[in-house]
Amino acid sequence: MTGKTMSRKHAGIALAALLGALATAAPALAQNEQFVPNLVYRTGAYAPNGVPFANGIADYYKLINERDGGINGVKIVFEECDTGYATDRGVECYERLKGKGPTGAAYVIPLSTGITFALTEKAPADKIPIISMGYGRSESRDGSVFQWNFPLLGTYWTAADILLQHIAKKEGGFDRLKGKKIALVYHDSPYGKEPIALLQKRAQMHGFEPLLFPVTHPGVEQKATWLQIRQNRPDYVLLWGWGVMNSTAIKEAVAVGYPRDKMYGVWWSGAEQDVRPAEGGATGYNSATLQHTSGRFKLHEDLKKYVYDKGQGTARWEDTGEILYVRGLINAMLGVEAIRTAQEKFGKKPMTGEQVRWGLENLNLTADRLKQLGFEGEVKPVKVSCEDHEGARTGRIQTWDGKDWKISSDWYTSDDSVIAPMVKEAAARYASEKKLTPGCLVTN
Amino acid sequence: MLGPVLETLIGGLMTGVLYSLVALGFVLIFKASGVFNFAQGAMVLFAALSFARLSEVMPLVLAFAFSVLIMIALAYAIEFLVLRHLVNQEGIILFMATLGIAYFLEGFGQSIWGSDIYKIGLGLPTNPIFILESVFPGGLLIDPTELIAATICAMMVLVLAVFFQVTRVGRALRAVADDHQAAQSVGIPLNRIWLMVWAVSGLVALVAGMMWGAKLGVQFSLSLIALKALPVLILGGLTSIPGAIVGGLIIGAGEKLAEVLLGPVLIRTFDLAGGGIENWFAYVLALVFLLIRPQGLFGERIIERV
Amino acid sequence: MLYREVGQFKTSYTADQAIFPIAQDRWFVVVLVAFAFLAVPLFASQYFYTEVLIPVLILSIAAIGLNILTGYCGQLSLGSGGFMAVGAYAAYNLALRLPQTNIILVFLFAGVMAMLVGVLFGLPSLRIKGFYLAVATLASQFFLEWAFARVKWFTNYAPSGSVAVGRVELFGIPIDTPGRIYIFVLAVAVVLALAAKNLVRGRLGRMWMAIRDMDIAAEIIGIRPLHAKLSAFAISSFYIGVAGALWAFFRLGSWEPLAFDVNRSFQVLFMIIIGGLGTILGSFLGAAFIVLVPIFLNQLPSWLGIGMSTDTISHIEFMLFGAIIVFFLIVEPHGLARLWAIAKEKLRLWPFPY
Repeated sequence: MTGKTMSRKHAGIALAALLGALATAAPALAQNEQFVPNLVYRTGAYAPNGVPFANGIADYYKLINERDGGINGVKIVFEECDTGYATDRGVECYERLKGKGPTGAAYVIPLSTGITFALTEKAPADKIPIISMGYGRSESRDGSVFQWNFPLLGTYWTAADILLQHIAKKEGGFDRLKGKKIALVYHDSPYGKEPIALLQKRAQMHGFEPLLFPVTHPGVEQKATWLQIRQNRPDYVLLWGWGVMNSTAIKEAVAVGYPRDKMYGVWWSGAEQDVRPAEGGATGYNSATLQHTSGRFKLHEDLKKYVYDKGQGTARWEDTGEILYVRGLINAMLGVEAIRTAQEKFGKKPMTGEQVRWGLENLNLTADRLKQLGFEGEVKPVKVSCEDHEGARTGRIQTWDGKDWKISSDWYTSDDSVIAPMVKEAAARYASEKKLTPGCLVTN
Repeated sequence: MLGPVLETLIGGLMTGVLYSLVALGFVLIFKASGVFNFAQGAMVLFAALSFARLSEVMPLVLAFAFSVLIMIALAYAIEFLVLRHLVNQEGIILFMATLGIAYFLEGFGQSIWGSDIYKIGLGLPTNPIFILESVFPGGLLIDPTELIAATICAMMVLVLAVFFQVTRVGRALRAVADDHQAAQSVGIPLNRIWLMVWAVSGLVALVAGMMWGAKLGVQFSLSLIALKALPVLILGGLTSIPGAIVGGLIIGAGEKLAEVLLGPVLIRTFDLAGGGIENWFAYVLALVFLLIRPQGLFGERIIERV
Repeated sequence: MLYREVGQFKTSYTADQAIFPIAQDRWFVVVLVAFAFLAVPLFASQYFYTEVLIPVLILSIAAIGLNILTGYCGQLSLGSGGFMAVGAYAAYNLALRLPQTNIILVFLFAGVMAMLVGVLFGLPSLRIKGFYLAVATLASQFFLEWAFARVKWFTNYAPSGSVAVGRVELFGIPIDTPGRIYIFVLAVAVVLALAAKNLVRGRLGRMWMAIRDMDIAAEIIGIRPLHAKLSAFAISSFYIGVAGALWAFFRLGSWEPLAFDVNRSFQVLFMIIIGGLGTILGSFLGAAFIVLVPIFLNQLPSWLGIGMSTDTISHIEFMLFGAIIVFFLIVEPHGLARLWAIAKEKLRLWPFPY
């Protein structure tokens, strides 16, 4: 037998087992700190879009700590965990980080509709709110059923409605859409399937034909999809992709000669990382905006002074005007302001998840406050309430001109006469499935 | 009706040639050493990343040369660190080792070169060409990038086939594939042969990476293309170079035709939530062929003795 | 000195044929199981339950399943993820449509459904061998993944394609806290492992091993390949289906078909290779290894006090994982179970060298 090497191997393995057992211990945090987990993906097929977003969030927290000394003196401690956009890794990250800090996690930003779905089941038990800004379940805007979900600034039904309103405007009215074909190229996941319900309802209302083309993760196999699009000749194509799928879609559109100016992407399919790989081919491609557009604004003065000049910046300074980076800043800002709102009621100390939930539900960012924060021109006023966890549902269309994104429309607001009944019905269905009694949560 | 079918067929055939280029890397290594190299996808990604990033700072030809050197160094490292210690192990152990190498390469490549989407700027035309516009309305679509890639692939296959048949090294490789011990006993240096085979496979991976990278952009998901090459591999036979090409053509065409023609039929009949047939059709097609010929179309007949 | 069978006399055939003929072995296993049931709940934290114990136990069941197919019967299969999905969705649909069914019946049903599907996709193994079979099983993986994403009935027509399960109850006692889930899963794992151990020691197991070692010779001496291979696929799929249902109900809670993709298949395959092909113990060891190593690698930088960005950590995780697998394969290709067996061999002679 292999005598000598055995004992060394054995010792090594025993040591590894011991260390493995120790691995599950977690270090403790200081007392006057607010812990915020940051579920990100800096690797994998969705990294190109995940990285700038994660950078934006990290930089905003750093800015608040450096410039203001925290939220009313309570410093933010954040820890990133890589989910790779995979639901099970997302849940694992959440489980590992939810209890950290003196009061546990303040809120969680999953940046994935799939992970949001999974966490929606767990968050109420753990009492941690989920901020799914611009994604998540569309019906979760109903706070009486989804008490712990906050799809701030817009859900996918809002997005689809804004895009359809713009297309209708281009055609000269919704009644002109009759007989037209609108294709949806979507990521085959809960994220991509979200807009289908609204698309089908509007199709029934106005008589256009929705064509659905799912694309499997990671989204690089789109040749057959676009050949079918070429053969079906839809009048417009809506793109609901993420990560590599976006740039591949635009490249394939070039390869089959589909006019890019007839393509409209959702706000997660409209970033620089999506259009640059197609080089000149992406000119004319449009996408919806989650209110903001690209480019630096007032906040960047402080960012430069307190974060980047000190060499603490997570991204490169040249990239701090990118759409997804700005979106990260906005998302972090909403979370911080929610904590601040909660602190006004519960005291200037680290907040628990329950208290932050109250803060989110009572979040009221006026135009003046936004100007104070340095976000004027990027975000319109936001008012959250128990019935409306969305806070705002408006957006514009932007077009890529080869170098930059330019706003190419006025503000649209999604039509609640169409969406509100859908939300009510879907929320009621969820409540009955889960045997929940709807009602607004009261926190004291 | 005929127009779309022909168009899909042409597109499928060209994609198939691209798959066969990736499958070629598998075949080379399996043919010479009996190792099912699951790390081929990671090698394609690593090679493409090296080329894409290097071409950002130096002219294309130099970037290519350096990438070739990097792949040769990689082959050397794999042979020295892994294969040498696993001589004589069962096939499944070697297969798992290549899986481990695949994980390592994916992490290593991305940590050196980054996880963003990188461009391979070969200057290939991207706008579609339309032919036979008089015969079919709208013409038949041909993607020039794919056309050029397919031509390059075909040339590579030809070169490799000739190499194996005619040159001394090629014959030595075939001898090793046939019987390791016999080859050793006539004086063929096994270690050097394996090094050479992995290096050539690395070169094939580089070309495949360049072609796919030019089409899709170089990013982590490129390594998943290898999963698409597997049905090509088993359809054509694990040990056959012409099998890789024929298998590629069949799988590529079959897959795209199924998606475009069979897909809508299935969706309507079974009220499915969308298509995506091509995910499994390639495998099922290969499976059907295997039931008829269990070693693939051109693979060596497995003669079992008791 | 301590571990010898000197003085242990068997007076009946039954005693001689016991699973653990050496008394020390028997005691060890009894103490271990008792420890797992009684002592662990005293000091385990919630994180330890949900992230370490429960996944390891559930994946061990899946690994036992795949070990039966690949380790004992020699049919390399990459379709484990798909069969887990079958189990998960079968359990979900039964629990949804007949909510009064006892949860044990639900999981059994999941296993049986997976068994039927497994036999169907196992039919090609009668003709195809080796790596060709491995790639052919990928056909089942991708097909099943596609089917659960497309056939709306399976997901109860949910527009998002994502399903969720509610509370699980066993005879009126809700199994919702991690502690209770752990006990339940542990009980299932112990029962199934015992069953598997007996199966592989018996006629069926010997048939499988004969097919694995030399299938033509086996056929010549009268072992029917159809019977052997399909039974291997059937029982293996049963185990994997039960594991899939447990995984979905107790670990995920809410899932989409991507949770059972080809990476899951590879994960289970890694477990049995690292743990040891053709051993039941190896399934447990391999599962523990595969679950613990990523957690360990993730925590390592924070303990060593080195601050690293998450992508560096992720990349290093990948690299180290690959390197560890290669290292293990070089050092001990027969897996952790073999190391354990060698340790026992040495212990029998200790303190003497030979």
